[in-house]
Amino acid sequence: MFTWIEWLADKLVFGILGITPETHLGEALHFFIYDTVKILLLLFLITFIMGIVNAYFPVERLRSFLQRNRLFGLEYLLASIFGAVTPFCSCSSVPLFIGFVRGGIPIGVTFAFLITSPLVNEVALALFLGMFGLETTLIYAGSGILLGAIGGWVLGRLRVERYLSDWVQKMATQPAITGDYTEGGQNFLSRLPAILQEARSIVRGVLLYVIIGIGIGAAMHGYVPEGFFEQYLGGGQWWTVPLAVILAVPMYANAAGIVPVIQVFVAKGIPLGTAIAFMMGTIGLSLPEATLLKKVMTMKLILIFFGVVATFIILSGLLFNLIL
Amino acid sequence: MRTIKILGTGCPKCKQTEAAVRKAVADLGVTADIQKVEDIQDIMLYNVLSTPAVVIDEEVRIKGHVPTATELEALLSDERLISVEFK
Repeated sequence: MFTWIEWLADKLVFGILGITPETHLGEALHFFIYDTVKILLLLFLITFIMGIVNAYFPVERLRSFLQRNRLFGLEYLLASIFGAVTPFCSCSSVPLFIGFVRGGIPIGVTFAFLITSPLVNEVALALFLGMFGLETTLIYAGSGILLGAIGGWVLGRLRVERYLSDWVQKMATQPAITGDYTEGGQNFLSRLPAILQEARSIVRGVLLYVIIGIGIGAAMHGYVPEGFFEQYLGGGQWWTVPLAVILAVPMYANAAGIVPVIQVFVAKGIPLGTAIAFMMGTIGLSLPEATLLKKVMTMKLILIFFGVVATFIILSGLLFNLIL
Repeated sequence: MRTIKILGTGCPKCKQTEAAVRKAVADLGVTADIQKVEDIQDIMLYNVLSTPAVVIDEEVRIKGHVPTATELEALLSDERLISVEFK
């Protein structure tokens, strides 16, 4: 599928620019062009597919489905999967949160969605596919979805609704809004332009981060010695996983910028579990997100929320290091 | 006179939506009062789950994505026809 990009990069670097393949620069440049084109293509494809899924299964539909059906625990998994396939926008998480609470959806189920939505998003998936391949991507997505479901369930059991902001609590006691989902009555072809525009604008939005991330990655590949991190961090010490997560939470980086760098970490000896935990901490929990959530939650709830999610990220990182 | 409200807490997508609405209104020559609703409690009055959303004459017409020029054109000219019919 990607051989033509290889060919393109060959022609461009070794042909047009006339750089010999054996040099450091030639190799780095080739790597850079190949990866950038491949990832942008994957990103466009994934966003496009997610756009189609989203046009037919919008969150409104999930809400009315969850209101009408008893799923005996599967609702956590369903909400989590939905969080993964819905294009993530940080500013949508607050309206969604309130909308679910008001619709009478249990708070744990709402949290399941809220955890997975930034954790498994289109940008992270495209980057993982491009840099680590299908198997690692499936492991990442699968563990992210499970983590969201379990984390949501735990938060539900802790009965955290006590710690919502006053106005949200007041709203939750009012009769539930049912607002059954009604079809927009649009056919696929008329939705297509909006879906395509969305995919294009997401690719455009992260273009710069992809280029910077891959650029840093390409540079590091050449200059960080083999086994460098292994010497300090990669020796399988268990405490490296919690340390990676604690370092990651205050960091706020786009998945597009972080994956290429993590790929180098892994190539130079950091265990995959530690790397995935770091990645999840960076994109799944962030200070800007906490600021947004402050409108609907008390500080105590935000701390509990971050604490529970961080704990599960650490646990899954440790588990991966054991089994992979 | 149409009242168009753009619901969104101020993310890039909401700004794109506002720009798209302003452009469509100008291109079609519709007279409209365009307002941005950024307060979350006000946004929730419209019972939307995903932003950005576009509300035309108190009815939610677009939610969860940045509208295309064609979509807006259809919505705005549709409204104009209806208002003529009712007169």
